[in-house]
Amino acid sequence: MSKMHLKLTVNGQAEELRVEPRELLIHVLREKLNITGPHIGCETSHCGACTVEMNGKSVKSCTVFAAQADGAEVTTIEGLSPLGEMNVLQNAFREHHGLQCGFCTPGMITRAHRLLQENPTPTAEEVRFGMAGNLCRCTGYQNIVKAILAAASEMNAAKEAAE
Amino acid sequence: MSVGAPLPQDAAELHVRGSARYVDDIPVPPDCLHLAFGLAPVAAGRITGLDLAAARALPGVRAIWTAEDFPEMPDCSSSNADEPLLATGDIHYLGQPVFLVVADSHLTARRAARLGKVHVEERKPILTIEEALAADSRFEDGPRIWEFNDTAAALAAAPHRLSGRIEIGGQEHFYLEGQAALALPQEDGQMLVHSSTQHPTEIQHKVAHALHVPMSAVRVETRRMGGGFGGKESQGNPLAIACALTASRLGRPAKMRYDRDDDMQITGKRHDFRIAYEVGHDAEGRVLAVDFTQWTRCGWSMDLSLPVADRAMLHADNAYAIPAMRIESHRLRTNTQSATAFRGFGGPQGLLGIERVMDHVAAELGLDPLEVRQRNFYAEAPGEAVGLPRTPSEDISEVKRGAGTEVQVTPYHQPVTDFILHGLVGQLVETSDYHARRRAVAEWNAANPVLKKGLALTPVKFGISFTLTHLNQAGALVHVYQDGSILMNHGGTEMGQGLFQKVAQVAAARFGVSIDRVRITATDTGKVPNTSATAASSGSDLNGMAVQAACDQIRDRIAVLLAERHQARPEDVVFADDRVRVGGDEMSFEDAVALAYENRVSLSASGFYKTPEIEWDRIAGRGRPFYYFAYGAAVTEVVLDTLTGENRILRADILHDCGASLNPALDIGQIEGGYVQGAGWLTTEELVWDGSGRLRTHAPSTYKIPACSDRPPVFNVALWKCANRAATVYRSKAVGEPPLMLGVSAFLALSDAVASVRGDYPSLDAPATAERLLMAINR
Ligand code: FES
Ligand code: FES
Repeated sequence: MSKMHLKLTVNGQAEELRVEPRELLIHVLREKLNITGPHIGCETSHCGACTVEMNGKSVKSCTVFAAQADGAEVTTIEGLSPLGEMNVLQNAFREHHGLQCGFCTPGMITRAHRLLQENPTPTAEEVRFGMAGNLCRCTGYQNIVKAILAAASEMNAAKEAAE
Repeated sequence: MSVGAPLPQDAAELHVRGSARYVDDIPVPPDCLHLAFGLAPVAAGRITGLDLAAARALPGVRAIWTAEDFPEMPDCSSSNADEPLLATGDIHYLGQPVFLVVADSHLTARRAARLGKVHVEERKPILTIEEALAADSRFEDGPRIWEFNDTAAALAAAPHRLSGRIEIGGQEHFYLEGQAALALPQEDGQMLVHSSTQHPTEIQHKVAHALHVPMSAVRVETRRMGGGFGGKESQGNPLAIACALTASRLGRPAKMRYDRDDDMQITGKRHDFRIAYEVGHDAEGRVLAVDFTQWTRCGWSMDLSLPVADRAMLHADNAYAIPAMRIESHRLRTNTQSATAFRGFGGPQGLLGIERVMDHVAAELGLDPLEVRQRNFYAEAPGEAVGLPRTPSEDISEVKRGAGTEVQVTPYHQPVTDFILHGLVGQLVETSDYHARRRAVAEWNAANPVLKKGLALTPVKFGISFTLTHLNQAGALVHVYQDGSILMNHGGTEMGQGLFQKVAQVAAARFGVSIDRVRITATDTGKVPNTSATAASSGSDLNGMAVQAACDQIRDRIAVLLAERHQARPEDVVFADDRVRVGGDEMSFEDAVALAYENRVSLSASGFYKTPEIEWDRIAGRGRPFYYFAYGAAVTEVVLDTLTGENRILRADILHDCGASLNPALDIGQIEGGYVQGAGWLTTEELVWDGSGRLRTHAPSTYKIPACSDRPPVFNVALWKCANRAATVYRSKAVGEPPLMLGVSAFLALSDAVASVRGDYPSLDAPATAERLLMAINR
């Protein structure tokens, strides 16, 4: 297969590289760019461990071909706290014990980040269904939902205070 | 004090930032090779030829090895030397590794593995319990049988009799991180292996054996696993061996990770069981005798099946004092993946057997199943349980009972001296409002023809210790550096259960310093040798004690020095709040350490611990295999659509015993996760093999673990506040496995819902998938 010239922005950084067009975005990120926050759990779009944001949407990067990512704006877990400080969600997952083995965590947080952009005041039910595409084998989800709800209310309180 | 504080997991910040490294995240040199196994396409037969030309021709393939390339085939078994790395002529299951591809990239290796053709002269595989029994295909010479009192006589004398049978499905671990290993060749024939394993010492042992080098030439490091659940106790051996062999032969680093599909086809799962029971009971629901027969499919190799099947027998009583019991256990050899350790290790299957009996007896007599359970409980341990001190040195498990009360023993003759389920269940009945909800469920069911509710309370008593007594040992290595920072290492591995943090909390408490001072390092066979697997829930019990022993040596050396200088006694030197106080003087911990260093006091120590008082004869089924029991109970309410079989958990209430918890937040996390995993096992998680022995559910598209949307909307979890009566580390209790069995209540609640539309006892099999529920409703 002939290689293509792939241009994309990852976590605010412009990247250019040669890849096979059918190479998966998760492999480009992990193997070519050494961005190992997004994990490989299934490679068949079922577990969500590889979740990243692409052009403002949550995508499972194991189902995105490099060719589809050409010109895209991609944010991974590493891009959520560019200045070093953990963001509200990251803090909430830590404080509310929203992780055990942590393998699902980068995908979970990246997905939750998008969920809260789309719905800043979700109910527990909305969080449960909004996160249904991200599997966790360890936590039983209780603390994950707790963490996301806590982050939402903290973000909203901060917004109100600013207004 | 750091012990008992609800601190986040030690690497939580790394995890939320995406910078916690798993094996596949470790940067590798550019010349790293990648491996994949070519798998057997049938379940049984003889290999007649391999066609690997197309695979070899693929650009980027460096080598393909088959049995012929190994004059002596390396063995991967943890028990019986019956697991060749690659099939040597005979095929034992569909998915068995037959050849090994070495390539420049993971994808190339995987592609080549698919291109290889294995030609086989097929044999009829042995797949089912019936087929295995007919062929007498089993491990050990015959069934294991333990008997407690004369069961046949007790059955014959019982006023009421009933019998039944339950099928219990297996379970895929579905650790989110698949199996992975990386081997890096070192100078002078030495090998460094990174492995996602619960058992680094076993990896070291098997790799050394395969390379024909002493164990001292192999170092295995495990920083963390992305989940283990027992599935990484022995199943990581083939990957580590394959990587090390490749690295040694070709002099280049080698890495292997299974794709999810391969992982599910190659590796073993929880044992499925069939349990039949003959029960004698009285009119009040007291069970007088039970004769159990347990059959389990162990798969193609022995692996850990014997101790798993033993533990199923050891939990056939669960929480109930039954005067006569006979247990017959058949460990069958089948042409399927080798069933292996999985959280609970046979205990959950054994427990489900007796829980089914209790339900069945209650249904037969028209009694509330909770009442029947409570009538059969072991006697409550005497004494004021709540508020026992954290650190009395003596073992208080043998508190004498009042005159006239006899200590009850389990069917394997272990005295039950710490039973707390009368109190614990009593409290849960109140907090969960069990009786009012039982009535509400009955009213709902009378009023609603289609949606039916069910409610069940399941108590759990789980034995803590490895049943192979010599495994109950642990080592630790602790260094205090001259700047007052502390480095801690022990033989336990971190798979998300929070072991590292709990043990670090112990270390911080011993030195009276804040937790930030304690650096936790990867498990490393070069630092602590001869460790046991992190399994049997024993991680913090064993390693916590070993670390405590190491810390105390260093602390006491510092104390002796300071005491001398202040004309005080060493025991009067106080370590607290990052300070050290002696004879009216006070200094920072750093200053105390610096002083010790200048006075040539050794600031490094290894610690060792072995669990006291246990002894066990597994053939006779007699002894004290467990140091103590951990307890818990759960109430689950479900709703079932009787037209479709669809159902959901509405509410779960749990009260669980972690003794004096080392870290209540992490322990509650284990309980929640365990419950959901247990409920998944018995409801949605179904393993299906077809008639040819092919696992049909080998991907998450067909094998359904609980998702976020399945989480019970009301989920109340609390800890039973009561110290361990046995002298464990800070009187805490093990928590890894016991909560899994709380999920049994979800299964029995579904059974309760089905019972509401039938005249008789539904005798539901597990897992209670929608399909199976529908069948049970319409049968
Ligand atoms: S790895 Fe992409 S969804 Fe599982
Ligand atoms: S924390 Fe282990 S998979 Fe979610």
